[in-house]
Amino acid sequence: MLDRRELIKGAGLAALATGFGSVKALALDTVTLPFENGERPLVEYPQKRPMIGLTSRPPQLETPFSIFNEGAITPNNAFFVRYHLADVPTNIDPDKFTLQVKGKVDKPLTLSLKEIRDMKAVELVAVNQCSGNSRGFSNPRVAGGQLANGAMGNARWRGVPLKTVLDMAGVQAGARQVTFNGMDGPVSDKTPDFVKALDLDHARDGEVMLAFGMNGDELPLLNGFPLRLVVPGYYGTYWVKHLNEITVIDSVFDGFWMKSAYRIPDNDCNCVEPGTAPKATIPINRFTVRSFITSVTDGARLKAGRTTLKGIAFDGGKGIKEVAVSTDGGKTWTPAKLGRDLGKYSFRQWKLPVKLAAGSHELKVRATSNAGEVQPAEPRWNPAGYLRNVIETTRVTVA
Amino acid sequence: MKPTFLLALVPLAVAGFVAANAQPVDYKLPEETAALKPGPNLEVAQNNCTACHSADYIKTQPTMKSKKDFWQAEVTKMIKVYGAPIDDADVPKIVEYLSSTY
Repeated sequence: MLDRRELIKGAGLAALATGFGSVKALALDTVTLPFENGERPLVEYPQKRPMIGLTSRPPQLETPFSIFNEGAITPNNAFFVRYHLADVPTNIDPDKFTLQVKGKVDKPLTLSLKEIRDMKAVELVAVNQCSGNSRGFSNPRVAGGQLANGAMGNARWRGVPLKTVLDMAGVQAGARQVTFNGMDGPVSDKTPDFVKALDLDHARDGEVMLAFGMNGDELPLLNGFPLRLVVPGYYGTYWVKHLNEITVIDSVFDGFWMKSAYRIPDNDCNCVEPGTAPKATIPINRFTVRSFITSVTDGARLKAGRTTLKGIAFDGGKGIKEVAVSTDGGKTWTPAKLGRDLGKYSFRQWKLPVKLAAGSHELKVRATSNAGEVQPAEPRWNPAGYLRNVIETTRVTVA
Repeated sequence: MKPTFLLALVPLAVAGFVAANAQPVDYKLPEETAALKPGPNLEVAQNNCTACHSADYIKTQPTMKSKKDFWQAEVTKMIKVYGAPIDDADVPKIVEYLSSTY
């Protein structure tokens, strides 16, 4: 279930273990992500299969990349976990849980989980991706969570449109934004609580969802049980977990996690010359278009002849128009066959039969969105290591 | 330690449906295993840094060219942005520990 690259370290230990029986338990305890200082423990958490451990307090878990080859939907027990602050709510009684809706509304609400579940539910398949996904590949490297490509996942979310609840409360004239706060909080009261904001029109677009279901089950605790915000096409930073407080405001929210953190350069490419600072910034927002080969891992050895390459692609909500594959380092490109369309916010699977001659090959995959956004050949850099979407390269040796 | 988890004992999912009554969750986070490496002023770093987050936050950072600048900036960020209550006298000690150890 692990990526071959991730397994290198484990394999080494496993080889060692054959000589030293007692070391064997350690064989799968470590994986090595393909960048400097990429060694990570493989960790076991309740409700999760073994995950790549980034940090333990608060918990941050990365999905082993091979999971993405198993299907378009990421299982709940393999879905990545990201917290900011270490006061994680671990004891939750859904019968006592309430969601408050307040601020610039005619009728402030306190809704029980049951009341929310009794409303007309909707379902939507959508990718959630951490803003810092792939940060470890940033060059030059930048501070922050050093993730490979596993801080993303695709799930069928079930819940009620945020619009339904805002309409029930009656948003007042002059309202501009809606803020979202969850039950998780800081250790020190000097640390800014994790609160995010969306513009009112976005919050009321009918797609932003208060989700209580994930892939036909409850949300796993570490993915926001019992209620989380789903903001289709937007980076995970907005998908507030354990959501229990919604406030309508008549200003632009100036909390730390909007005003200072999660910012990208305010220019066409949202990028700057590597190592430099942007002149102006805006809050991070929609995903850039990305695609991956999932069936073959970097450094793999393949048999000469026919093989079918498989993978996934997604973007910020326009949907995928085309996925093209190159087996010659980007000189020539062939369109792949797209898999079933699960919606414009979902992973889109693709596959392409190719014939590989003996020798070394650079396999590349490039997605184009329905809006015409294409992955760049060269990585774009920004100081926080966000938005990575360079055309991925998978090097294989064929014999 | 062996994590225990109530939900795991209750089969909830029926395809397409979420159980009408969610069960209470008492989630046991696994014990922390990462520790700071030995180095100068280890105790000062331990007392200050690990009050709010685990040691792996430090250990997983990339090896930077200018370690001192990098770690000075991180410590400053922890104080100014996250409100870490670190004594002025401890700041250079923590920076020394971090830049000579990571």
